[in-house]
Amino acid sequence: MSDRLSVFKTYKLYVGGKFPRSESGRVYEVTDSKGNWLANAPRSSRKDARDAVVAARKAFGGWSGATAYNRGQVLYRVAEMLEGRREQFTREVAEAEGLSKSKAAAVVDATVDRWVWYAGWTDKIAQVTGGANPVAGPFFNLSSPEPTGVVAVLAPRESSFLGLVSVLAPVIATGNTAVVVASERAPLPALSLGEVLATSDVPGGVVNVLSGGTAELAAPLAAHQDVNAIDLAGADEALAKELEISAADNLKRVLRPGPVDWAATPGTERLTAFLETKTVWHPTGSLGASGSSY
Amino acid sequence: MPTTAPTAQALVDVTASDSTLRRFLHGLPGVDAVGLEARAAALGTRSIKTTAKAYAIDLAISMVDLTTLEGADTPGKVRALGAKAVHPDPTDRTAPTTAAVCVYPDMVAVAKEAVAGSGVKVASVATAFPAGRAALDVKLADVREAVAAGADEIDMVIDRGAFLAGGYLKVYDEITAVKEACGTSARLKVIFETGELSTYDNIRRASWLGMLAGADFIKTSTGKVAVNATPANTLLMLEAVRDFRAQTGVQVGVKPAGGIRTTKDAVKFLVLVNETAGADWLDNHWFRFGASSLLNDLLMQRQKLATGRYSGPDYVTVD
Repeated sequence: MSDRLSVFKTYKLYVGGKFPRSESGRVYEVTDSKGNWLANAPRSSRKDARDAVVAARKAFGGWSGATAYNRGQVLYRVAEMLEGRREQFTREVAEAEGLSKSKAAAVVDATVDRWVWYAGWTDKIAQVTGGANPVAGPFFNLSSPEPTGVVAVLAPRESSFLGLVSVLAPVIATGNTAVVVASERAPLPALSLGEVLATSDVPGGVVNVLSGGTAELAAPLAAHQDVNAIDLAGADEALAKELEISAADNLKRVLRPGPVDWAATPGTERLTAFLETKTVWHPTGSLGASGSSY
Repeated sequence: MPTTAPTAQALVDVTASDSTLRRFLHGLPGVDAVGLEARAAALGTRSIKTTAKAYAIDLAISMVDLTTLEGADTPGKVRALGAKAVHPDPTDRTAPTTAAVCVYPDMVAVAKEAVAGSGVKVASVATAFPAGRAALDVKLADVREAVAAGADEIDMVIDRGAFLAGGYLKVYDEITAVKEACGTSARLKVIFETGELSTYDNIRRASWLGMLAGADFIKTSTGKVAVNATPANTLLMLEAVRDFRAQTGVQVGVKPAGGIRTTKDAVKFLVLVNETAGADWLDNHWFRFGASSLLNDLLMQRQKLATGRYSGPDYVTVD
């Protein structure tokens, strides 16, 4: 009896709800922490980045317009799907980060929990960051947070899964759409996450995952006039500086990289980083003058 | 696929009667549908980059018939469109003007005023656009009104019902009557609505019929049906105008309309023009794009080439 032929997985990008290869046709070798070959991942080009931004822009209206409650439900569904793929992600994380199986399993658990944590925030963040403002005049004055738009996210280099989810989930929880550049060294968990998102109820284009050279992809994204914000979590100091300069051209919101313990419970910093505050003045009219107790 | 047809002298006789016209049109060589589509697809794979791309984008902008044909058109919208035709990119005055604005007859006067002095032409659809279902008198009145209001170009629709029923002479007579109503001041574009003609053979016949009747331009479609301009049917029409000039010496323009939305598509059409009809047609006197959203994409690509940064829809006007 012969051994069964192994079925290799072709990792692909996740753009606009589809799984294309890189437009350039390029791939690069992804290795585990000891240098053994794991798979070939697509090496995206700037045109893939452009296509991803177009997809993210197209998805923005629907996703930002969905009710916060609905977004929470959809994100929780993602956590359910992640849970069903625990074994796969445990293996990928173990290989990518050189962890033992039990430690990798703990990372995957923490990641699913992180996703659930952010799913719960979708319909609560407005109460925390918005509200009624006291003003000296006959007006109701209300502030409410709105999503910034299309956010380019450079995923953390080392924490390939927990770090990725920790930067991605807050961006989409508030109604932004995202173009994620996966960790260059360990992109496989991110590419597999695309498969999870495709089978959840997340509309195509809300999250777009690119793999390849971080510097090569980040430059056109930082300069892109239709990207509204960029999270530089995965950029080193020199690259971050360069990207921030090109991002200034159309006044993108920029979240600078800093030392983060991804395992620790996050605050609301990443949720509020990509929100715009809309304030509405609403006249109360002559209610006060007429002596109404309204 | 060169089409062979009688000499120029013989072409005078073919329109003498319904039967001679039918014999001529049905005598045109049949179209190899698979070959045509393969040829159009192959020409669509050309890679046009850098300076050639910049040239193609500016050429395409100068060929756009900026179109608004909605029931909800207002004078304000037509004026806005006119302003955009004159200065497509307000932040970059080196961008060429578009060829024309294309409106309904009752908006011609407004459009004319909006583009006055800029060289941008005003085209008007007429003859009971888009269905073409009206009596000839009504159609001619429609045309005269548009011409009187100052239209430089008239886009007429043929009577597809008559064409498909085999009434070629009726269609021919209608086109010549409209051509006469256009007088010397307006150029005539004849719309075949290729999506409703069913076969490539019919498109070839319609092209020859239109050119025999004196069309200055042959145009694919109204933009109001499911199938509009495709590379294949445009290629077929380009072959027809090439062959018509070879036989009669008369040059006729081509205008694909509807469904062309991206710069990439537009450049593919320009490749078709250059490789089929030749460089003589690479001019907005002989080739046009009937489009509205295409212009924004051309402008965004133009900005990308100029600055090296990808542009976005926030940097072009919303029509």
